[in-house]
Amino acid sequence: MSSIEFRDLNVQFGKRTAVHSFSDTVRSGEWLGLIGPNGAGKSSILKAIVGVVPSKGEVIVDGSSMALRSRSRRAAIVAYVPQDPLMPSDMTGFEYTLLGRAPYVGYFGSESRHDRAMVSDVLDRLELSAFADRRLGQLSGGERQRLVIARALATEAPILLLDEPTSALDIGHQQQALELVARLRNDHGLTVISAMHDLTLAGLYSDRLALLHEGSVVASGDPERVLRPETLAEFYGVRVTVHREPDGTIVVIPRRDALN
Amino acid sequence: MNVEQHGDRRFRVAWMPGALIAVVLAVLLGAMIGPAGPVWWRVPLALIDHLPLIDIDSGVSEREWAIIWDIRMPRVVLAGLVGAMLSVGGASYQGVFRNPLVDPYLLGAAAGAGLGATLMIAIWPDAGSNWPIDPVPAVAFVFALGSVAITYLVGASFGGMRTTATLVLAGVAMVSLLTAIQTFVLQRNSEVVREVYAWILGRVSTAQWSDVRLVLPYVVVSCVVLFFHRRHLDLLRVGDDEAVTLGVPVTRVRLIVVIFATLGTAAVVAVSGLIGFVGLVVPHMVRLIAGASYRRVVPLTVAFGAAFLILADIPGRMLTAPAELPIGVVTAFVGAPFFIVLLRTREISR
Repeated sequence: MSSIEFRDLNVQFGKRTAVHSFSDTVRSGEWLGLIGPNGAGKSSILKAIVGVVPSKGEVIVDGSSMALRSRSRRAAIVAYVPQDPLMPSDMTGFEYTLLGRAPYVGYFGSESRHDRAMVSDVLDRLELSAFADRRLGQLSGGERQRLVIARALATEAPILLLDEPTSALDIGHQQQALELVARLRNDHGLTVISAMHDLTLAGLYSDRLALLHEGSVVASGDPERVLRPETLAEFYGVRVTVHREPDGTIVVIPRRDALN
Repeated sequence: MNVEQHGDRRFRVAWMPGALIAVVLAVLLGAMIGPAGPVWWRVPLALIDHLPLIDIDSGVSEREWAIIWDIRMPRVVLAGLVGAMLSVGGASYQGVFRNPLVDPYLLGAAAGAGLGATLMIAIWPDAGSNWPIDPVPAVAFVFALGSVAITYLVGASFGGMRTTATLVLAGVAMVSLLTAIQTFVLQRNSEVVREVYAWILGRVSTAQWSDVRLVLPYVVVSCVVLFFHRRHLDLLRVGDDEAVTLGVPVTRVRLIVVIFATLGTAAVVAVSGLIGFVGLVVPHMVRLIAGASYRRVVPLTVAFGAAFLILADIPGRMLTAPAELPIGVVTAFVGAPFFIVLLRTREISR
């Protein structure tokens, strides 16, 4: 269980500001959905947290700054699922998941019996044991995505970052992957921050949404407050109808002009 | 649940002992075959006889033993060290550059050594006639390290260390430049072309124990350091960014691996000449039989690389006897077709 706080986070690529003073506090166990058009800065925030892109400002986890922690300590706190993970086709599912134990292995060490048992256990729990000895190249996109989540889980990090976790999946596998994350969050009290394009799915799974536009947060709060037709029209330049199901689910439906 | 069941079973059961047996067999074959010397089947007996605390009658005379120990064995051991180093260097380079087609010569180690040797042979042929060490390998070694250092500084200054593409391109430019200078020097000194080519094509055949002693420390240190980075090489396979998020000091790991792979490569190139394709053929053969994890690939390339080059040295002394076929010619003969097959299968499996 970990909370994460952003104080004035800025990400700069040359002259372009990708993220402009992002400040927020994600409570322990909360799921924050970052939404916004392409290039709005969603991915940059996630990458700044894990130190893949340089940033200014502070990211504070459980009261102390990420920047003050060692490299492997950071890796043990935050697990990152990239948008387009590089998955070597000749690596086996077990070998891939085992990489998640890296934060706990000394520089010249190798994984202990405990690390291997832990990875077997993760694969079991995610019903992925059948893929342990299979090569990644032989697996489908959905199976690979579940292994990426398994690797993130193997780090035992209390905070999970998902960068467009479902962009390459069909609707069935999208649901499967997000349900898996939701279940794991429930079981382990994970704090989740996701960047997502699909607004309906983002609203469905997140406790709270932050809408980014050109690096700044322009709307934040309950999905109901953020997913409004006029807001989306302003920042995405789309025409949508927002429909509310009886159970509270918000559905964002694109509209098109009648021809002539 | 048995936690050992995944991943390393194949490695544990079969491959490491198999690799060691291959090395022992290669060494025996290398010691048994050659012009002059005792009958082949007496050679293993003679070797056993010379082990400490063992005394058997091998029927090998003092003179024949000298042929085995002072002529054949240095050559076998040197070929083994060179093969092990080039192979593990190739595997390591392929790992840190995430590119299956690079070898230890990528950043200019071979071209630099070639230029250094050419300059010494062409411009200062009398040097070292009364020196304690042969200056040609020493200069080749220094040029090899210098070339890689320049490539690395140039490539890193443009691309940052997050991208390997600029480094590879800087290597290509450096190799072209060094080769051009070498060609120019050879054109101006055409009388030494033969000598330079003999050097370039590999000189394991004239090996002495002093050559072995010269390269042994470099090869051992490099192999040990690379062995301890095999887990990092696996982590780098998922990309620099993801490796960073898993806590890997990517830039430092890449620098250490490149330094030690280059140091060992420069040392073996300096005494043995340029032996091509070993750094490609052996790691890929190992991947085909034992899987692609560097935890297996690194130790297995050391053993199979040693066995491969010892065996590759044998046809060199048989086919054109009494003349010697340079070992670099043999490895290229085996390596080039293999390389084409490799390209083809990778194309299909993509």
